Amino acid sequence: MDTKSRDLDISLIMEDLAAEVLQGSVRAMARLITLVENEDQRAFEFLGSIYPHTGRAHVLGITGSPGTGKSTLTDKITSVLRQQEKTVGVVAVDPSSPFTGGALLGDRIRMQRASGDPDVFIRSMATRGNLGGLARTTADVIKIMDGFGKDWVIVETVGVGQDEVEIAKTADTTIVVLAPGLGDSIQSMKAGVMEIADLYVINKADRSGADALVTEVRIRVEQDAQIKEAAWRAPVLKTVAVEDQGTEPLLEAIENHRSFLEQSGRLKKVRREKTRQETLSLLKEEISRNVLEKILGKGRFDDLIEDIVAHRKDPYTSVKEIVGTIFPEEE
Amino acid sequence: MTGKKRIKVIMAKPGLDGHDRGAKLLARVFAEAGMEVVYTGLRQTPEMIVEAALQEDADVVGLSSLSGVHNYFFPRVVELLKEKGLDEVLVVGGGIIPDEDIPGLKDSGVAAIFGPGTRTEDIVEFIEEKVSRN
Repeated sequence: MDTKSRDLDISLIMEDLAAEVLQGSVRAMARLITLVENEDQRAFEFLGSIYPHTGRAHVLGITGSPGTGKSTLTDKITSVLRQQEKTVGVVAVDPSSPFTGGALLGDRIRMQRASGDPDVFIRSMATRGNLGGLARTTADVIKIMDGFGKDWVIVETVGVGQDEVEIAKTADTTIVVLAPGLGDSIQSMKAGVMEIADLYVINKADRSGADALVTEVRIRVEQDAQIKEAAWRAPVLKTVAVEDQGTEPLLEAIENHRSFLEQSGRLKKVRREKTRQETLSLLKEEISRNVLEKILGKGRFDDLIEDIVAHRKDPYTSVKEIVGTIFPEEE
Repeated sequence: MTGKKRIKVIMAKPGLDGHDRGAKLLARVFAEAGMEVVYTGLRQTPEMIVEAALQEDADVVGLSSLSGVHNYFFPRVVELLKEKGLDEVLVVGGGIIPDEDIPGLKDSGVAAIFGPGTRTEDIVEFIEEKVSRN
């Protein structure tokens, strides 16, 4: 009786959370993001109420190797957007330790200007074991900020190597940040991160090797155009983020890309594909959660493992049999 | 399939002193203990620290001061947290804090002061115990 009335209380408090976010409560947004990060099942209901209010923010992804200046660049871009009286949400992702699960989230240090502005909401996220450059729940956190009414959501990935390209599926515009001194022209020809840029930024452009890097990347972009015709050709821009050099031209280039997306109809296409992928992965998670609960709940799974360990059964046939009992063949 | 709740800590240095070795060490100690630590860096105003705690939905704010400004800054952080409705956030402090200042800081709502020489395990244990009770 007691526990039941307590559960009811909690759900009542929780019910307010989505409504409060839509009414502009920063505290509610922060708490809801925590629920989402913890993959608390109650969060889905709130995300459902927020969803109709999403789709308005432009989502800007910033990716690149560690130390190229992603956080500083995020701070400067935010600052220009604020001068234009746009509201901004920032999601800054840093890695979790695979050993302890803990994380040192240090992106806020470089965002001193933005973090002093109450109209800029910055949330640091740990990857919690996800390997694609973002946390598993980053896309949902973006939706919360979007539903809250932020005009722009900037997502800064973890420092990436070559293979972490989830941001391209998450952002409307993706910036790949490079800095001189990290490799020869073969690096810029490789697959992965170099393929996802809508814009390239050569940061720390006051250092030696910057112009050579600009040339290399431009050659890559030209090669791309020769190999495959594309409606958008990624510009290559130079910045010195700590000195705030090149930020305004960068923002103009971002705006150009945004107009291109809108006018060419590409934005709709990209967002439809994104919706399909997101819904599919939600469906997969929900199915496996439900089905696994049924299978693992009965305790027969442990018996089965013993049979397989003892080679009385094989795992391949056993899995087919289990799925067959849950989804019997239709007549 | 639900993820585990992790303790989230804001580690901040209010005021103008530049001695951040202790704060940085503790940020690492907390991360090693499995917490998610937002390190905000030097020269933070109480307003910036509290804004970070609000946005990050922090469980703990750790303050480090070696320049003698603790009697103003630490209580001010507690006060601003309360103003924002963040009463349940645990505030702990460290650095160079004279013994005679500790009772006053505790009265103002700082949960504990950890001076030089404190075993880091004790700080971790204190935080884990206080936060799980909330």
